[in-house]
Amino acid sequence: MADEVVLLDFWPSPFGMRIRIALAEKGIKYEYKEEDLRNKSPLLLQMNPVHKKIPVLIHNGKPICESLIAVQYIDEIWNDRSPLLPSDPYQRAQARFWADYVDKKIYEAGKKVWTTKGEEQEAGKKEFIEALKVLEEELGDKPYFGGKKLGYVDIALVPFYTWFKGYETFGNLNIESECPKFIAWAKRCFQKESVSKSLPNQEKVLGFIVDMRKKFGIE
Amino acid sequence: MSKNDLKLVGGWYSPFVLRVQIALNIKCLDYDNIEETLNPKSDLLLHSNPVHKKIPVLLHADQPICESGIIIQYIDEIWTNAPSILPQNAYHRANTRFWLSYIDDKLVPSMRNILFAEDEAKKTHFVEVEEVLEVMEDVLKKQSDGKAFFGGDNIGFIDIAFGSLLSWLSVIEELNGRKVLVEAKVPALVKWAETFADDPAVKGFLPETEKLIEYAKALQQRVAAAIK
Repeated sequence: MADEVVLLDFWPSPFGMRIRIALAEKGIKYEYKEEDLRNKSPLLLQMNPVHKKIPVLIHNGKPICESLIAVQYIDEIWNDRSPLLPSDPYQRAQARFWADYVDKKIYEAGKKVWTTKGEEQEAGKKEFIEALKVLEEELGDKPYFGGKKLGYVDIALVPFYTWFKGYETFGNLNIESECPKFIAWAKRCFQKESVSKSLPNQEKVLGFIVDMRKKFGIE
Repeated sequence: MSKNDLKLVGGWYSPFVLRVQIALNIKCLDYDNIEETLNPKSDLLLHSNPVHKKIPVLLHADQPICESGIIIQYIDEIWTNAPSILPQNAYHRANTRFWLSYIDDKLVPSMRNILFAEDEAKKTHFVEVEEVLEVMEDVLKKQSDGKAFFGGDNIGFIDIAFGSLLSWLSVIEELNGRKVLVEAKVPALVKWAETFADDPAVKGFLPETEKLIEYAKALQQRVAAAIK
C-alpha cells in the first residue's frame, strides 16, 4: 500500500520548515496543505485538538503533532535511508539535547527581538546572540551539527535562519559580525536542495514580519 | 562505584530527578546517587551540565546526559533487555513523546506559577491545572485500554512523566487548601495515582509530603526575597 503523507503547515513557520526538510531528506512525496491560521480548517482542529497548531504531519490518516516529534517519527519509519539522528544512543541523546536547546532558546529570544522594544528587546537580543554563540561552540569544526552530514540538530535550527533578516531589521543587529561561523553553517545547509527547496527566502519572511508587526500594532 | 558506572546528580526534592530514578529502578540498575543542594551548585554539576546547570544529570561512564525525558529515552535505548519504557511502535512512541511534551509545557509551568504567584493569579493557574487533569483523565481512559497505567500493564513514559509530579501536586493542594486530584472529577487518575505510588519502581522513592511542604515554603521565601 502506498503511504499517504500530508503536512498541515503555514509557510513562514520554522516548525513546519523542520518537517519539510526531513521529508525532503528522505525523498518522501507528500501533500502540502497551507493553513489560514485566522480560519483554521476542520482537518487541523480534528488532527490537533489539544493545541490546534501547525505543523501536523498526517501519515495514513494518523496525526503526529509537534515538529521535533514528527521529525523523529519520520526518521524511525523511513529508517532505510538518510538517517537524521545518530545511530549511537549517546550521540542521539546529545542531538536531542541540542534540538531541545534550540526550542528553549532560539524561538523565544528571537520573538522578543521582533515583537518588543526598549529593555525587553535588548534583553532578547542579548539572549539570542548568546544562544547562537553557544551553538557555534557546539558546532566547532564540524560542517554540520550532525557531523559530515545534515542531521537532526541542523534540521531543528536552520529554519530560524530564514527569520534572520527580520531579526536584524527590527533588532538592529548584524548577526554575521557577531556569529560568522553560524552564518557560514547556515549557508552551507542552504546548498542542500532539501533545505533550499523547502524553505522561503529571508526577504519573503521579512515581508511577513512587517505585516505581523502592523497587525499587532508594534512600532 | 556502581557496576554499571552510573551516577545520578540529583536532589530528593526534584520531580525530574525522580523520573530518572524510576526509570533506573524499572531497569533494575545500580547507580551512585549524588545529592545536590543547589546552594551552591557543585563543580560536578556545573561541569557536567554547563549549558543549563540543572539537575538531573545522568553520568554513564562519566559521560553526561541531561534533561529528564532525554535521559529516560537513553536508558531505555541502552538497556533493552529489561521492560521497555517507551512503546515499540513508532506511532505510539510519537504519541507518548507528545504527552510528555504536554505535561512539561502545560502542567509544570502552571504548578510553578501556583507556587510563586500572587494570590489572585493563583486562581487562574489552578484552573489551568484542573484543565490538564481533565485532559489526562481522558488520555488515561483511551490509552490504558482498561489496564492500570498509561503504559498498559507496566509503568511507561507518560506514567513516569506525570506520576513524578504527584507529590508536588499534593504540596500545592495542601499549601493552598484546594484539592484538584479528586475522585468526583478525575476518578481514573485518582486510582492511577494510588497504583503508581505503590509500584515497586516508585515506592520508597517518593518524597515525604511534609518534608516537601517545608522545602516548598523555604523555596517560596527565597524566591520572594530575591525579587525584592
